Amino acid sequence: MTAVLEKSFVDTAGRPTGGGRRLPSQWLAVIPFFFYLGIFLLLPTLIVVGGAFFDRNGLGFSNLLIMNKPFVISAYLNSVILAAITAIAGAVLGAVLAYAVVSGNPNGVFRRLVTSACGVLAQFGGVTLAFAFIATIGSAGFVYLWLKQHGLDVYAHGLWLYDLRGLELVYTYFQIPLMVLVFLPALDGIRPQWREATESLGGNTWQYWRYVAGPLLAPAFFGATLLLFANAFSAYATAAALVNQGSVIASLLIANTMTSEVGLHDPGIASALALVMVVMVATVMVLYTVLQRRTARWLR
Amino acid sequence: MTATIAAAGTGTTARAGVEVRLENLRRRYGPITALDGLSLTMAPGELVALLGPSGCGKTTALRLLAGLEDADEGRILVDGHDVTGQPANKRGVGMVFQAYSLFPHMTAWQNVAFGLQMRRVHAAERRQRAGEMLELVGLSGYANRFAHQLSGGQQQRVALARALAINPKVLLLDEPLSALDAKVRARLRDEIRRVQLEVGTTTLFVTHDQEEALAIADRVGVMQSGRLEQLGPPTTIYSRPASAFVAEFVGLTNRLPGTVARGAVDVRGTRLPLVQTDVPDGPAIALIRPEAVSVLGDANGASGPLVGTVIATVFLGATSRVTVDLGDVTVLTQLATSEAAAHPAGTRIRLAIRPDPVLIARDQPAGEHR
Repeated sequence: MTAVLEKSFVDTAGRPTGGGRRLPSQWLAVIPFFFYLGIFLLLPTLIVVGGAFFDRNGLGFSNLLIMNKPFVISAYLNSVILAAITAIAGAVLGAVLAYAVVSGNPNGVFRRLVTSACGVLAQFGGVTLAFAFIATIGSAGFVYLWLKQHGLDVYAHGLWLYDLRGLELVYTYFQIPLMVLVFLPALDGIRPQWREATESLGGNTWQYWRYVAGPLLAPAFFGATLLLFANAFSAYATAAALVNQGSVIASLLIANTMTSEVGLHDPGIASALALVMVVMVATVMVLYTVLQRRTARWLR
Repeated sequence: MTATIAAAGTGTTARAGVEVRLENLRRRYGPITALDGLSLTMAPGELVALLGPSGCGKTTALRLLAGLEDADEGRILVDGHDVTGQPANKRGVGMVFQAYSLFPHMTAWQNVAFGLQMRRVHAAERRQRAGEMLELVGLSGYANRFAHQLSGGQQQRVALARALAINPKVLLLDEPLSALDAKVRARLRDEIRRVQLEVGTTTLFVTHDQEEALAIADRVGVMQSGRLEQLGPPTTIYSRPASAFVAEFVGLTNRLPGTVARGAVDVRGTRLPLVQTDVPDGPAIALIRPEAVSVLGDANGASGPLVGTVIATVFLGATSRVTVDLGDVTVLTQLATSEAAAHPAGTRIRLAIRPDPVLIARDQPAGEHR
């Protein structure tokens, strides 16, 4: 009898009453993260969505009509072009650098140096990065002045650092290391046996890249390029620090619409503009996830 | 091209292999000598297994033959042609790797057809040939599966089909079973042998697993420190090892102290002839197979140099391995399980050593079983 009672106690002690399942303990550790996510991502997103569909007359789509304005279309187009150029440049240059890293000793100094540097530089954005460029190749920057003394005036046709072309250069600076960090695991997943198998089956280097390594790395490459696109498309601080006049890109336009003290100020329109940006970035990130999943299946 | 490939199709029974000769191959990696003058001739259609511990040079030999690495010295002849400087993709060598060598973004049939695609074989013929090869390895129903949808054994069978699809002059197997569990390993080992006999391709099989090598090969080459210690049929390698290393690496061996005198060694009162002819008189360690040790019977209360106590019995199926403590040394003997059951642990028994020729290991301690 005692044994039966003891067994009964043991069987039920681990479960909460009411038949529900207990939350696994590891979930406790991520509760602060989800809380943080809720407060600083989910809630602002909901506010943006709500704000985009509410105007002075209540629920409606009038805020979204701003998307038809030429200056808005121009800002978004500029953002897409800026993001696309810096994503492609960053992806290509970053992939080349990442390939150089995996071609070397996996435990070597070169790899450790590059990955550590990329870890820092990928996060090196905003005002600090803008200042670094202004101090070096700005109109009074020491590199610019040195080049000019040696007969190379990079601003002979205008001070491009503070417009879209300048943003392209500065954004590429943090896109390359981000690409290295994102693409390196995929390159590490390429097994040497695949190249050797290709060779033993009669393939040459070109055929290896055309039929084996290329298709295997393509999803990871394009996924990483999409991530870079989203990264550049939604970037704000660096552009805000460099570009003082006008709203040449979407993120600056949203900020101006939120904070302008002249006629452009309209939180509802700002929400509509932000919503379009959220939708675009979310779409890109979904595509990125799909491609990453394929990469993970092939290159684990 | 079409005719060449069709020649090794399913159902081909004639041995289509070619002679392969490795002549005095040397390969160094900095200060390390991986191959130290390896010479080996493989007869057409023969399956030779290179066996040895890690770092003995067996994989290096295979990679040199595949063209994946270059020899510092020596020549490689395939069907009488010197292929030493030829790149891997021109050698016509099929290779099965240890594991994970299937292209993961291709289905099984696409993997098998890949080598034909590289040879610009027409798509319809590729498909047909890949189908035949998959049928040969018993995977015709898995043609459209990707590598991650196949078990480890199935992946290796696809890899075998892929290597054979190009009708290679030589088939190279680089520890193809080492990543598989024991049951699958034994089954696939037999499967590889069946397929190899069916297509008749000269095959080099590299392994560190002695059971695998002895079971599958026409001849086994035992390697140590970049050299071929012995090359011969499995039975010869096991029963007449040419060196102490081979004796100890292949199979279990008792290391019993004895005294060499006049071309024989006295081990615990039993005089055994020697395999080596250059052993000086004096103390020595004799290497004796467990199956050369038999049980004469119970020996309760008796004493003698070959009387001891059973301390352990390992059931192996039809046979059992019995460990007997002789006081100063332990001895392994392999008995029929029914006989071993008659002598449980703790039983005092009397042993006998069959007077087969034995090898001498003079520089290592006695009493260890290898």
